[in-house]
Amino acid sequence: MFHLAPAELDALLLSLRIALKSVLFSLPVAILVAWWVTRGRGLIRFLLDAFVHLPLVLPPVAVGYVLLIVFGVRGPLGRWLYEQFGVRLVFSASGAALATAVMTFPLFVRAIRISLEGVDRGLEDAARTLGAGPWDRFFNVTLPLMLPGILAGAVTAFAAGLGEFGAVITFVSNIPGETRTLPLALYTALQSPDGDAMAARLATMSFVLGLGGLVIAELIARNVRKTLGRV
Amino acid sequence: MFEKRWDASDPMFEIQSRLRRDDFDLNVEIRAPSTGVLALFGRSGSGKTTLVQVVAGLLKSEQSKIVIDGSVLEDTQRRQFVPPEHRRIGYVFQDARLFPHLSVAGNLQFGMRRSRATPPANLWDQVLELLGLQNLLNRRVQQLSGGERQRVALGRALLMQPRLLIMDEPLASIDAARRNEVLPYLERLRDEFALPIVYVSHDFDEVLRLADHVVLLDQGKVLAQGDIGSMSLEPQLRQIVGSDAVGAVLNGEVESVSSDGLAVVRVGRAHLSVNKPQVQTGTRVRVQLLARDLILAVEPPRGLSVRNVIEGRVIDVSRDDDETDLVRVDIGNAAVMARVTRAASLELKLSPGLPIWVLVKAVSMRAHTFAASDSSKK
Repeated sequence: MFHLAPAELDALLLSLRIALKSVLFSLPVAILVAWWVTRGRGLIRFLLDAFVHLPLVLPPVAVGYVLLIVFGVRGPLGRWLYEQFGVRLVFSASGAALATAVMTFPLFVRAIRISLEGVDRGLEDAARTLGAGPWDRFFNVTLPLMLPGILAGAVTAFAAGLGEFGAVITFVSNIPGETRTLPLALYTALQSPDGDAMAARLATMSFVLGLGGLVIAELIARNVRKTLGRV
Repeated sequence: MFEKRWDASDPMFEIQSRLRRDDFDLNVEIRAPSTGVLALFGRSGSGKTTLVQVVAGLLKSEQSKIVIDGSVLEDTQRRQFVPPEHRRIGYVFQDARLFPHLSVAGNLQFGMRRSRATPPANLWDQVLELLGLQNLLNRRVQQLSGGERQRVALGRALLMQPRLLIMDEPLASIDAARRNEVLPYLERLRDEFALPIVYVSHDFDEVLRLADHVVLLDQGKVLAQGDIGSMSLEPQLRQIVGSDAVGAVLNGEVESVSSDGLAVVRVGRAHLSVNKPQVQTGTRVRVQLLARDLILAVEPPRGLSVRNVIEGRVIDVSRDDDETDLVRVDIGNAAVMARVTRAASLELKLSPGLPIWVLVKAVSMRAHTFAASDSSKK
């Protein structure tokens, strides 16, 4: 009934892998940035906040282009990565994960930020009087209390990452088995004269995955909120 | 005259802080013995919580000096500031602030695990027993009642082995009916742990029951400070608690208990009959004589149903309001305060040094027991 061609299955698995990688890599950075944007003050905080939200308002192609310039083999960071570690991001699955991470970053940070704003500073004060230093407080009080937002943010970022198109195709092109994720495969199918059935299947898959991701994110948030409760 | 004197070698508590906020200025200087319970008393908004946050190190003052028993916690002049996590000050917040992601046991262990001192072997059991927490250990904090929460918060603070315990209105978030569930625990804590306590309250009854030393705060300033006995006679107190609630607080000892529920309490050289059943001979008690309940006579009275007649001398007479005066009377090692009408005051020619008889109805006294020897409570 719903039979996937090998190419379609490849695209699906690749999408899942790239989205997962992007979430795992951006997780610590997103927490750090959310912390800074919430608790920091002054101009740096303001600029960082604006910068983080840029991918929301820029054309994805422009983001891909900037990545190409910075992380291309001749770009400042790209060259360094290639010469020092032999890592090439352009035209690779890792590069796709990077582009996905950048595009989903605002969503991720926003979710974490909301949960951090909800953390009662009074509990951190209480931990302080009980002898907990800054790192101790962060890892044993603040972070556990932020968990609902972090999990929900991660699932949302994952679901959104499955569908990232513009930045990915610009930065890492459309290589079957390497960077051809679901949306890229869908685009390719639409370009070919007999790809209608394939396109329909891929679109359905994207739809189901996206919806599933959102539902799971909400369920996690709700569940953790319930167990943590408000005291 | 009856104020306790202490010398420099006694354990002392010294707080000095000046702090300016948008809508509030705190400017206090407090010296008090660091034994027993120091009550910070005042209306809400008088700066009590701000002050204890300064003591705990959670708020920084523009100018401050805080010394407990010779160890300096902060001194802006010498640029010293011990961060809160190193102060070893247990803090029981008004809203308990239990960690919602931890169980009751996890909350209790939080400070204990981080304490550098090795706890005495029986501390855990002792605290659990004192606060009745044994059956709550595996509960989630969301399942606790208000009173239970405060008891857990108190246990959490005690288990970190603090050098000082701050309690910021621990009863304020509990409904009135449940307060009496917690108050006895606080009294036991005071009596069984040799731990200096700073107790914040806007409820004079709590202060009466618990405090040894009282600091009266108003609009960020200290109106008066002293031991509970002298503070209970402080005219400034009337502005805060109202003239119906003022009256001498006397420390005494139960000399005998009669079968009809009257206990004879010795206060200084006077004896008072107090309507306080279930108290044992030898128990130290605290008695409050409300100024409005005292009657003064310039001659020894005869043929009255009043049980208590105390002989004394007038210390001074001060205006209470347009129609009444407050009269302080020395009854030997202690003093009481009576409220009389201006007309009576003039007619009796009340003046310092005048011999006088103070009449108190037994039922009008409120006695609070406060000795470790009192074992009648569970």
